[in-house]
Amino acid sequence: MNKGECAEMTLLIQAGVDGELAPAEAARVAAHLDQCPACADTESQLLALSGRLRRELPFYAAPDALHAAVRARIAAAAPAPKVRSPAAPVWRRLSWRNVWPVAPFGAGAAVAAVALLLLLPTGGGLPDAVVASHVRALQPGHLMDVVSTDQHTVKPWFDGRLDFAPPVKDFQREGFPLTGGRLDYLDERPVAALVYGRRQHLIDLYVWPEEGRPDVAPTSDSRNGYNMLRWRQGGMMFWAVSDLGAQELADFVRLWRAA
Amino acid sequence: MTGPGLTEFERVVLPHLDAAHNLARWLVADATLAEDIVQDAALRAFSYFSSYRGGDAKAWLLRIVRNLAYTALDARRRAGTTSLDDGTTADGEDHPAMQVPDAADDPEASLARREGFARLDRALATLPADLRECLVLRELEELSYKEVAQVTGVPVGTVMSRLWRARQALMQSGTEGRAP
Repeated sequence: MNKGECAEMTLLIQAGVDGELAPAEAARVAAHLDQCPACADTESQLLALSGRLRRELPFYAAPDALHAAVRARIAAAAPAPKVRSPAAPVWRRLSWRNVWPVAPFGAGAAVAAVALLLLLPTGGGLPDAVVASHVRALQPGHLMDVVSTDQHTVKPWFDGRLDFAPPVKDFQREGFPLTGGRLDYLDERPVAALVYGRRQHLIDLYVWPEEGRPDVAPTSDSRNGYNMLRWRQGGMMFWAVSDLGAQELADFVRLWRAA
Repeated sequence: MTGPGLTEFERVVLPHLDAAHNLARWLVADATLAEDIVQDAALRAFSYFSSYRGGDAKAWLLRIVRNLAYTALDARRRAGTTSLDDGTTADGEDHPAMQVPDAADDPEASLARREGFARLDRALATLPADLRECLVLRELEELSYKEVAQVTGVPVGTVMSRLWRARQALMQSGTEGRAP
């Protein structure tokens, strides 16, 4: 091979390794590599270096405290502060004519029916924030602060990290194993996030206290293909979010509420 | 409705906070300064957000981070404090990858990885800043050439030649990809 051609090839070989070549160029580079051992060696060195950089160098994900601090500072900087809509107007909008007793048969159906009747008061942006948080958590290395399938490990882990004790339950036998937990930040406060598996899907269950507020049955919602169910129980607010189908997520919530 | 654009900002920009922190950390090699930069960058991004016209939010945020990082480094240099590249290896024990036990690794493999990391990390730290930022943006942030060009404010051709020089330097420093 003449030197001129190889010199011209270098950046193209690199572009190939970086996945930046159009098919026609890629074919031209491949033809050259077939005949030129020196350039083929360059390519394999580039590939190996790239592999090592990604494998061995750390990706410095933002610590949870930084995520929380940024969210807090942005919320504070927003011209109109984020206000949770007060409960009363929503409750007043509920007409008792629309609320009839739902027999507790087939819990999934009951959940769905009740969901149509009761609206939970929420901050306008909270569903988006919950989904954004869930999506962020799905990024590599960010899902869990404590990895454990044991609720007796996960629960104490939250002690001292939160000003409340989130209930932690495991549903391994029912096919929703607890896989871990982390701290997150939602609705302007630190919250517990419990992570459950379901086949290759994940469920984030966000928990925070809302003491002195009435229990409310699950309400469903969805954003960008993620399903959500939220409910209030025993002075705690719960948001479950997942890419699971709405029915399976409702099954999970039914288990949780019954346990 | 919440403050103008707050929800949208949380949805569009905040998912890239990890990328922002990673870039800041690699550019300034100082954990505390990196966090300050990310906070400032996020606030700045929020105040500019009304002028954000869609497009690549990650590159948009990283460009703000990068500019703030260089401003902070300049300020520090003028103040005559520690040099830029100090601390990269000094606090190597601090970084998250070292703290998380990797169940898949046996101790020897993990040791080899630490040593490999230390060598690569040192080699990367000695690169000139303009080469290092290109490599970090491409390899760790996984940006395309076009996005790297957008973040660094140089043409794509310059990105390509900087990447090549950065890689050549690493390959020649004995940290090339051959198994040790």
